[in-house]
Parts: sequence; structure tokens; C-alpha cells
Amino acid sequence: MNKDKENQKVDYRIKIGNREALIGVGLFLFNFVWWFAFAYGLGSKDPSEYSYVFGFPSWFFYSCVLGSIIICILVFIIVKGFFKDIPFEDEELKDK
Amino acid sequence: MNWQATITLFGTVVLIFLVGLFASRQKESSESFLQDYYLGGRSLGGFVLAMTMMATYGSASSFIGGPGVAYNEGLGWVLLSVTQIATGYFTLMILGKRFAIVARQYKAITIVDFLKERYQSKWVELLSAFSIVIFLFSTMAAQWIGGGRLIESLTGLPYTSALFIFVITVLVYVTFGGFRAVTLTDAVQGIIMLVGTLILLIGVVLAGGGVSNIIQDLRMENPNLITPYGADGTLTPTYVSSYWILVGIGVVALPQIAVRAMSYKNTKSLHRALIIGTIVVGFIMLNMHLVGVFARSVMPGVEIGDTVMPLIALEVLPPWLAGIVLAAPLAAIMSTVDSLLLLVSSTIVKDVYINYIKPEASRKTIQRLSMGVTGILGIIVFLIAIDPPDLIIWMNLFAIGGLEVTFMWPIIMGLYWKKGNKYGAIASMVVGIVSYVLFESFYPDPLGMHTVVSAMFLSFLAYVGFSLMYKKKQLSLNGEGTNL
Repeated sequence: MNKDKENQKVDYRIKIGNREALIGVGLFLFNFVWWFAFAYGLGSKDPSEYSYVFGFPSWFFYSCVLGSIIICILVFIIVKGFFKDIPFEDEELKDK
Repeated sequence: MNWQATITLFGTVVLIFLVGLFASRQKESSESFLQDYYLGGRSLGGFVLAMTMMATYGSASSFIGGPGVAYNEGLGWVLLSVTQIATGYFTLMILGKRFAIVARQYKAITIVDFLKERYQSKWVELLSAFSIVIFLFSTMAAQWIGGGRLIESLTGLPYTSALFIFVITVLVYVTFGGFRAVTLTDAVQGIIMLVGTLILLIGVVLAGGGVSNIIQDLRMENPNLITPYGADGTLTPTYVSSYWILVGIGVVALPQIAVRAMSYKNTKSLHRALIIGTIVVGFIMLNMHLVGVFARSVMPGVEIGDTVMPLIALEVLPPWLAGIVLAAPLAAIMSTVDSLLLLVSSTIVKDVYINYIKPEASRKTIQRLSMGVTGILGIIVFLIAIDPPDLIIWMNLFAIGGLEVTFMWPIIMGLYWKKGNKYGAIASMVVGIVSYVLFESFYPDPLGMHTVVSAMFLSFLAYVGFSLMYKKKQLSLNGEGTNL
């Protein structure tokens, strides 16, 4: 019946999809930078000069342990705050 | 032979197996057998989706091989392994909603379906089916071997009998249960992995007298073990960083993972899966590899990396608990294998048989054929695995890289770039596979990065180049194709 409306519906879903994919890329880049900066920023000293956090060398603690926790928290915030619910089902699919 | 451990190990496996059977009993009433058997009727909830993605991905390489390498390389290997946390969110965010929408419009059941509809090309379809069968076969063999080895080292049974037990268990429930059974058992296995690795880590830390003690112990033995550079300083930042591409980004293109991104019920499931998946993957990867590193201090002198996990479990835990905990890596292997088996089977039945040989096959025929092909495939892989090559982790990584370079750009660009066409897709697949195999054989790890990076770069150029070069022909196709 109303093709324009149909197209609009499709359009808005695609826009949301694109936006969320971009957020994914952004999060990935942040994840990488955090991981790299702490691992090699603190870890390239001689092991005798390492400082320790909870028994772990500090580079490892910040990069791997804290880094993982922060990513989990970020994913939670991003999904809860920025990701939108959209319908998937098309009438077409239900017919068949 | 350790009877207590053996009994609890198999007890846990039987429990998992029963869940699979129970699930397969429940699936009678759906309209399309194929959609149901291979995709679980697109009805996965968030928790099951997260667990099945994690369990499918976390395979023998991360649960047996990974801790083994970590044992030898130290914290540098843990650093490399935590890159895998990205797989928890990246795949679902990137493929995410657009993939789910499109897959429903195309009525795609497999990745090959999706590519076929997107590019309207027989060659794209055949090439992708071919590479799935070839590459996943070697992955499956690697997993089979890992499962056999694990049972062997724990129970003392000969390798062949151990392998046989393992294969029978997997085959029965995959063959009869299909995708839904597989994803449900994945969920159970995921929980076992999660709890199992935690118990094991606690056990190892206690046995080693605390984290601090263990780290200092390692530093005394070889200071490099606690640096990011590996035991002999060979893990360069460039190489380790390139794992972000191999295990972080590239996983998007693994058919066994991507197919899950079209199997969930609604966006709520997707959102929940994103959160749970990231936490679970991050937690398990970190734990598992730390166990490997710490094991070195508690139990020095293990020669074969693959046996570190079972040995340390028996060392630091009471035997009955070791049995349950070791069901975790066994579960990981089983859930990888069952998904792969199903994927290869779906490729053969759906993408080759129904499309080319007998499109009008009846439901009964398809059902019998799907189960038959799944069963026969399992037996073939079993025969390959009886006389296996040694280090499973590298075999596995070769196959994973191969699949990634094949499917990366056709899937991603097919979703997000309108101008991408079949010429680009075919060129990208061919260039990807060929360059990956050539680099790997003659000039491994160019520029200090994992081979997959160069191959992926070249296949990207091929995709864009060929798509643009044949742009005109595409325009006429586009007229018919906009409603897709």
C-alpha cells in the first residue's frame, strides 16, 4: 500500500544499525589504545624496576585486568544508554 | 587412571548430553525443518546467544593450547589473549541489527545464503561453500584431537579409545538435536567453563601461595616471563597487536560465529548478549591463560604444552572436582565441534544439495539427509584425527585465518557498502585465500604482523578495486536489487 512509509521504516532501522556499528568501532579503538598504552608504556622497563598492584606487575594489572573490567562497564553503559530497540519482523516473513 | 576424576568428568558430559537430547525432543512443531535444524528457528534469547558465541569461539586453542603456550611464554601470552575480549562485543555490534534485518529479508539460514542473495552469483556461493568445507574440516580435526588428548591425559585411556568416546558423544547429540540442541548445550557448557576456570584459578593461586609469590617466583626463574615480550623476548608489540585483527576483528567473518548473529529473537536478546558475552569472554580468557602462567610456578617442568591444563587441575584440586572443572575445556571443544559440524553439514545440504541437485526435496528427505550428512562428516573427521599432527593451536589458527580472509569483506562490505558487487566479492575471496596460503608458506608474518593482516589488506583492495572497476554492470543489476 504505502511504499513511502515502508521505505521510511527501513531507513530509520538502517540508520540505527549504522550508528551502532560505528559505536562498536569506536569502542574497539578505545580498547586497543588502552591495552597498548598500559602494556608497553609500563611494561617496557627492566623487570627489576616494575611496580606491582595486587601482586601483578603494574603493566599487566592496568592493561589486562583493569582494562577488561573497564570494557565490560563501557559495553554495559553503551548498550543500556545508546542502543535502541527496533522491530525485525516484516509482514512478508510471517506470511511464509 | 584416576577413577574419581574420570567419573565426574563423564558424569558432567552425560549431563550436557541429556540437555541436548531434551532440547531436540522439544523442537517438533516448527514449519521449516531447515530453519529449525540449522538456525534454531531464529529464537535465541540473550543469555543463550552470548553463551553459544563464547562457547563456539572458545575452542581447543583457547582452552588446551592457549594455557599451554601461556605456561611457556608467561604474561606476554596473556596480554595477547585478552585481545579476545573484543570478540565479545565487536561481532554483535558490527553485524548487529543490519545483519539480522537483512538475513530475515533474504530468509538466509547460512552465511552462504546471505552471500548468495546479496551478490546474486553462483561463483560467490560455490567459493564460500568450498572454503567453509575445507577450512572448517581442519579446524574440526584439530578440535577432535584436543578432545581425545584431554580424555587421554586425564583417564589414561589410549588416545584412539579416548577419541572414540569423545566423537560418539558429540555425534549423537548434534545429529539428532540440530542447532537448538547445540546452542542449549552451549549454554550449559558456557556456565561450566565460567565456573570451572574460576575454581581452577583460585586453586592454582592458593597452591602457589598467592599472586605476589607466584609472580616473584616466575621473575626469579626468568624475568622475561613477567614482561609483555614473552619468555625469550620474541613477542614484539607489532606482532602481539596484530592479534587484534586476527582474534578481535576477524572473528566477525567466521561463519560459525556470524551465523549466530542472525539467530536471535529480537533486539533485547542482542543487547543482553552483548553485555553478558563481553563479561564472560573477558573473564574466561583472562582466567584461563593466567592459570597457564601460574601453573609454571606451582608445577614446573611440564614438557607438552597441551597437557598443562589437565595436569594442573589434578595437581591443585581434589580429583572429583578436577573432573568437573576439566569438563570445561572438554565442553569448549565439544561445543566448537558441534557447531562446526552443523555448519559444514548445512553448507553441503542447503547450499549445495538443495540449490543444485534437488530443489524440490521433501521435508522428510531433507531431514534424513541433514542428519545423515552430519553423521558421516563426523566419522570422516574422526578417521583423520586418529593419526594427527602435533601442535593443535597452529592448525586451528591457520584455518581461522583462512576463513577470516575469505569472508571478511564480502560480509562486511556487503552489508555496509552499496557499491560492493559480485566481482569485488569473488576477487576478494580469491586474493584473500591465495595470498594467505602463499604468505603463510613462503613468507610468514610479513612486516612482523600475523599473516592474516597482510592477506586481509590485499583482499580489501581487491574487493574495492574490482567492485569499482565493474561498476557499470552493477548499475543495471541494482535496479532489480533495491528491494532486497
